[in-house]
Amino acid sequence: MIERFQYDNRIVKNFLFVTILWGLIGMLVGLTAAIQLVVPSWNFADWGSFGRLRPLHTNAVIFAFVGNAIFAGSYYSLQRLLKTRMFSDALSAIHFWGWQLIIVAAVITLPLGMTTGKEYAELEWPIDIAITLIWVVFGINMMGTIIKRRERHLYVAIWFYIATWVTVAMLHIVNSIELPISFTKSYSWYAGVQDALVQWWYGHNAVAFFLTTPFLGLMYYFLPKAANRPVYSYKLSIIHFWSLIFLYIWAGPHHLLYSALPEWAQSLGTVFSIMLIAPSWGGMLNGLLTLRGAWDRVREDPVLKFFVVAVTCYGMATLEGPLLSLKSINAIAHFTDWIIAHVHIGGIGWNGFMIFGMAYWLVPRMYGTKLHSVKLANAHFWLGTLGIVLYAVPLYFAGFFQSLMWKQFTPDGFLVYPNFLDTLLEIRTAYWLRVIGGSVYITGVLLMIYNVRKTVSAGKLIANEDAEAPPLEKLVEAKETGHWHRWVERRPIQMLILSLIVVGIGGVLEIVPTFLVKSNVPTISSVKPYTPLELHGRDIYVREGCYTCHSQMVRPFRSETERYGEYGKAGEFVYDHPFQWGSKRTGPDLLRVGKKYPDSWHYYHMYDPTSMSPGSLMPAYPHLFEDLLDTTTTRKKIEAMITMGVPYDEGFPAMANTDVIAQQDRIVAALKKDGIEAQKEMEIIAVIAYLQRVGTDIKAKEIVETKPTNP
Amino acid sequence: MLKFIKHHMDTIAGIGLYPAISFVLFFSFFLGMLWWIRSVSKGHIAHMTALPLAEDKQPNDSLHHAN
Repeated sequence: MIERFQYDNRIVKNFLFVTILWGLIGMLVGLTAAIQLVVPSWNFADWGSFGRLRPLHTNAVIFAFVGNAIFAGSYYSLQRLLKTRMFSDALSAIHFWGWQLIIVAAVITLPLGMTTGKEYAELEWPIDIAITLIWVVFGINMMGTIIKRRERHLYVAIWFYIATWVTVAMLHIVNSIELPISFTKSYSWYAGVQDALVQWWYGHNAVAFFLTTPFLGLMYYFLPKAANRPVYSYKLSIIHFWSLIFLYIWAGPHHLLYSALPEWAQSLGTVFSIMLIAPSWGGMLNGLLTLRGAWDRVREDPVLKFFVVAVTCYGMATLEGPLLSLKSINAIAHFTDWIIAHVHIGGIGWNGFMIFGMAYWLVPRMYGTKLHSVKLANAHFWLGTLGIVLYAVPLYFAGFFQSLMWKQFTPDGFLVYPNFLDTLLEIRTAYWLRVIGGSVYITGVLLMIYNVRKTVSAGKLIANEDAEAPPLEKLVEAKETGHWHRWVERRPIQMLILSLIVVGIGGVLEIVPTFLVKSNVPTISSVKPYTPLELHGRDIYVREGCYTCHSQMVRPFRSETERYGEYGKAGEFVYDHPFQWGSKRTGPDLLRVGKKYPDSWHYYHMYDPTSMSPGSLMPAYPHLFEDLLDTTTTRKKIEAMITMGVPYDEGFPAMANTDVIAQQDRIVAALKKDGIEAQKEMEIIAVIAYLQRVGTDIKAKEIVETKPTNP
Repeated sequence: MLKFIKHHMDTIAGIGLYPAISFVLFFSFFLGMLWWIRSVSKGHIAHMTALPLAEDKQPNDSLHHAN
């Protein structure tokens, strides 16, 4: 008995088209941000300055461009691999519209400065909840489809989807635990070192389980389809899957080498990162070898071309990643543009090219027609490839050489480049080349949009594609002496739980010790909570996205202590909700900026950076001199801090604003001495208060550090 | 809840054991997986490998006849 049913192509088409739309928008925002780095006047408004657009760029390309592509590709392949329609058309629609609404919310809130200040997790708590709900809808729809399937065994691509779903859910929830003080503002529940560890456990695994595993699932489906030949080794794909998800989850701490994170956690991150090379390259070779004997087709088929370069970029990025987690290499590359180049090999090479290949393959099929122009698709391929090279190569050089400049000493033992800005101006050419590379890449995308449009208008959407298959019951094999894995393979729920255990063990072993052991974070008695005004200033610092260009983590190198001052200690950050260590230095580190300059210096510098630092590429912040500080939230903020364990006195929240006014008066008086008539209610006063406080507690005379009792 | 965990457990013995535990866990998991892969039947692998290609009704060459 054969059952007839229909595949839902409409939902795939919807997800695919918004992938392209948001992709273009996300890339254009990225291009704008790239130009802002060389032409400061492109920071055209408070909502359009680099610090706010950069999170918009990363969130848009990760969650809108790549995210929608995951849904498009998995909805297409799930139906066909399981020989059934998606579980529920209604859930598909809720998933689609819900996700787009979340993206729209991000597009509105991020430029408005509503941010948690944690990279790739910047969205505020109401949106975090919405993401969770829509993710659950996706999960129910996927598991429902799996349960009503007509194919007993789950193809490896589906394992990747399941692992993606379960891990992203875990990461998102754990990293987003925050205490709201209003609808648009919350504080990370974690502080300092713990916040950093959770954040980079999340950040690293967002790369692993949002940008990598779902795309490997897509690779294992679409590459054999496009090449019309089976995957090179199915056994290798199984090894690839289990070792990848097991290893990936441990590697997060490699983002925090030489930081105040405990040494054992750093080493753990490095060891597992190195081991990751094996499964990653196993997977890459599995992809490329699938094309064995079909290389003649690669020459003429743009889809295969895109896939080949995508998989090659995957291989490059996953070799480079582990190398970057070696401390000696990390010491050079971290905080520089090297990392930006590295992530774009992954982003525009691996993810971008997989998506383009998939789009060129899917659109003609779903519209029952031929691709409008293979020539244009080939042109897109070459423009894209050239774009990647032009983007990445200059930044590799820029990162490497800037890092060397940071570390260069004269024979007498002085820094050759004591002024940070000089090292930045040296690499401006590379920044321009990056702008050109990005533009070339985006030009290719425009060609694709035209090509897809033409193809669409030449055909007609096959919204419901006829299919047939025998029902599952009839497929029962006479006798199956099963192994545990075949048992798991047939049972999606067990598969989901096993995946969760595998990734959960890694997460728990990595994170829990840092939380359990009070002695892991040595307390420094001179470190005190922020004053209310400093806290306000810190929130503005987070709002403006200062962390996108400035780190607050001096590493224990002579070149850094010489330039910035004492290196960062774990105990200094215990009241930092969220931590602000940063990941990139387009400007100098700010951990020891407190008391380094007079208040007036900051006043002038924030109004026009070039006045204090000629040639500076930093955006100006004139709106801080116009907007009034919102002191209605002071009490709530202090109360929130108390809830999270920051030791303010009991009656303090009620009188916090008195403290605010007193400190404002002191700063205004100091400014007056330097001939500046400032209004104390302005936001700039709070920013100055914070900047003058950062990293100064450790300078207090009495430094009592309690060493960990169990190192 | 986190406050409870943070402030009531002040020490944890043998923190250095964690990397060792993780390594042993991974290694035994990996060996088990290899053992399973070795013993899985050829027929099953062939079935799985063919899955993505099985449902193809449309010709796979929509690109090649375009201009």
